[in-house]
Amino acid sequence: MNAHDQRHAARANAPTTTYLYDAYDKAFVKARVAEFREQVNRRLSGALSEDEFRPLRLMNGLYLQLHAYMLRVAIPYGTLTSRQMRRLAEIADKWDKGYGHFTTRQNLQYNWPKLIDTPDILEALADVEMHAIQTSGNCIRNVTADQFAGVAPDEFEDPRPTAEFLRQWSSLHPEFSFLPRKFKIAVSGAKEDRAAIKFHDIGLRVHANERGEAGYEVIVGGGLGRSPFIGKSVRAWLPRADLLAYLEAILRVYNRFGRRDNKFKARIKILVHETGLEQLTREIEAEFAAMDRVPFAFDLEEFERIKGFFSPPPYETLSPRSQAFEEGRRKETRFDAFASINVAEHKIPGYAIVTVSLKPIGGIPGDATADQMRVLAEAAERFGFGELRVSHAQNIVLPHVKQDDLFALWRLLDGAGLATANAGLISDTICCPGLDYCSLATARSIPIAQAISNRFSDLERQRLIGELGIKISGCINACGHHHIGAIGVLGLEKRGKESYQITLGGDPTLSAAIGELLGPGVAAENVPIVIESLIEIYLHERRDGERFLDAWRRLGKDRFKEALTREGEDGADI
Amino acid sequence: MALISEGRFVEDSWRRLADEESLPRGGNCIVSETRLVEAASELPPQAPLGVLLGNTADPAKLAPYLSRLALVAIAFPAHGDGRGFSLAWLLRRAGFKGELRASGRLIADQATHALRCGFDTIEIASDIASRQDEAQWLAAASAYGAFYQQGYASRETILEDRRKTRA
Repeated sequence: MNAHDQRHAARANAPTTTYLYDAYDKAFVKARVAEFREQVNRRLSGALSEDEFRPLRLMNGLYLQLHAYMLRVAIPYGTLTSRQMRRLAEIADKWDKGYGHFTTRQNLQYNWPKLIDTPDILEALADVEMHAIQTSGNCIRNVTADQFAGVAPDEFEDPRPTAEFLRQWSSLHPEFSFLPRKFKIAVSGAKEDRAAIKFHDIGLRVHANERGEAGYEVIVGGGLGRSPFIGKSVRAWLPRADLLAYLEAILRVYNRFGRRDNKFKARIKILVHETGLEQLTREIEAEFAAMDRVPFAFDLEEFERIKGFFSPPPYETLSPRSQAFEEGRRKETRFDAFASINVAEHKIPGYAIVTVSLKPIGGIPGDATADQMRVLAEAAERFGFGELRVSHAQNIVLPHVKQDDLFALWRLLDGAGLATANAGLISDTICCPGLDYCSLATARSIPIAQAISNRFSDLERQRLIGELGIKISGCINACGHHHIGAIGVLGLEKRGKESYQITLGGDPTLSAAIGELLGPGVAAENVPIVIESLIEIYLHERRDGERFLDAWRRLGKDRFKEALTREGEDGADI
Repeated sequence: MALISEGRFVEDSWRRLADEESLPRGGNCIVSETRLVEAASELPPQAPLGVLLGNTADPAKLAPYLSRLALVAIAFPAHGDGRGFSLAWLLRRAGFKGELRASGRLIADQATHALRCGFDTIEIASDIASRQDEAQWLAAASAYGAFYQQGYASRETILEDRRKTRA
């Protein structure tokens, strides 16, 4: 046994809260880095043409953006350790400009790496059991999951063992690495859906059948982009043992019949739409029935092995109410606000789930500096069993904090500009990088998010407005999820000018809905004004406790349309 | 075109037959999909016969000929088009035992994908062969020790190895 294996064996005996690579995983990721290093060399020598190199670099997370390369690092199912977070900070300092951007797919993007440095960055990631494999390209992408996995009181089963199993299964798949288009899978195991599973190519919902056995609802063909679709259920309950075989069947049908003539019609959602759900379900079921399922059977022993890594941390037995916490709230009103807004209920008495907002007022949604990453790592080490999560809302979650420690944690976060109390409120916007970085963008999105955030900076007002998701995309590809924002903002280019369409009523959860277009686009400077008007209408009309989304559903578009015309009467150019 | 077998550039013993050419009695030729029925009935049963399929071919339609065919080539019109991988896998599942050949614009970095999906040989356009030599194809084919997926041809799978370690 070499030194490495000994360390591994020693760790294997201690309870872990996240997956640890074994020798096979390590060898695989190292081989991937070596392969990519060689691919970069072969690109530079001309052995690979740019056209040939492109899908290879994409499948290693490397994009060519507007100003530079962008490297997208996978954070599988949004879970990472403090050690990994520290490494992300080091990479930001050493090879980038001292910051990174957390994305809606629970990944991290570096905006300024050099091509020649990327193999070294990937190696630095591999050392802490991370990679950038399949964070881009027409392949099965990083599998995402509920950011409250393992700690949410409404959870039936932790989705992360399934997601980790799928991470491994999808890595360098021999048959499904050159698909018509990208393929995204999300897993949720709770009553409430926090992973937007109805808006993925495949959404999996772990739940029990009438005999109490865990299985999966399989939802296919959801997606955003220029043609948004709500995913449709093709199996209400699939036995766990059949999961891989069933996914293989779906992917095989998609790989063969998904459109390749037009990349905007190449996602599986279009195949579902054009073939029809019934017909496509028949094709999937026929393929599934024709398979020799033995080699594809979900290896339950392997599942148990993976599951073993996601054991609960050594929680203490605590009173459900913490005096220190209550005292802190009385003492410091800002902490009190943070506690009401960013702290969620934990399944274990005396513990809490903390959302650290990466949406400071006027800031860039999802960005964190290397110093902030280190503070987050320290926060996890001191107060949260060394574990962190990334949410699809582009925030960081500390999943197990003792209520007794919340005040001290808040002070640590506050010192680093990380204590913004706005989780789920109007200034907690989801936002893509837009025209400031992205080569696909047609308009800026970050300045819009900043303007909205500044306009609604008053916390009391934000709390009065309550739960409201604003989601902003800088082009129709919808990386900012505008279709599923209660208020969605889509930036387009019209006759050389940025123009922003407003959609209302989007809902990413199980009561899924795609936002409806309110009317003609408005100029950038008018977006916050229109949103202000929408909010005024909502506040005027709302009944007790009604969220913006509920008011929209009750009142409909006509009542809100006024927000556009009213501004017109005031003389603003909309 | 260049042919790669077991990581080596080799001579091709097969001849691609144009549709207007007459069928050689001894076979050893690869015909187009449209000519398959004719070739299978006209050539003596012992004459080796191959067919070139487009990547949208229906494996069910080919099923009656699989035992007659010594070679099936599947076209890869572009390296980003992965349909041929699924078709190969389906032909193997349907029981095809002869030589399965990927033909077209695959690059060295896809060698393992092709081999694991059941291909034996890879035939590439000469412009690719001129940039990607034998050494690159050999290196690409052995870049990984083991893979995660089961049910595909490969030296070993990680899941099996883990199972053995547990036992």
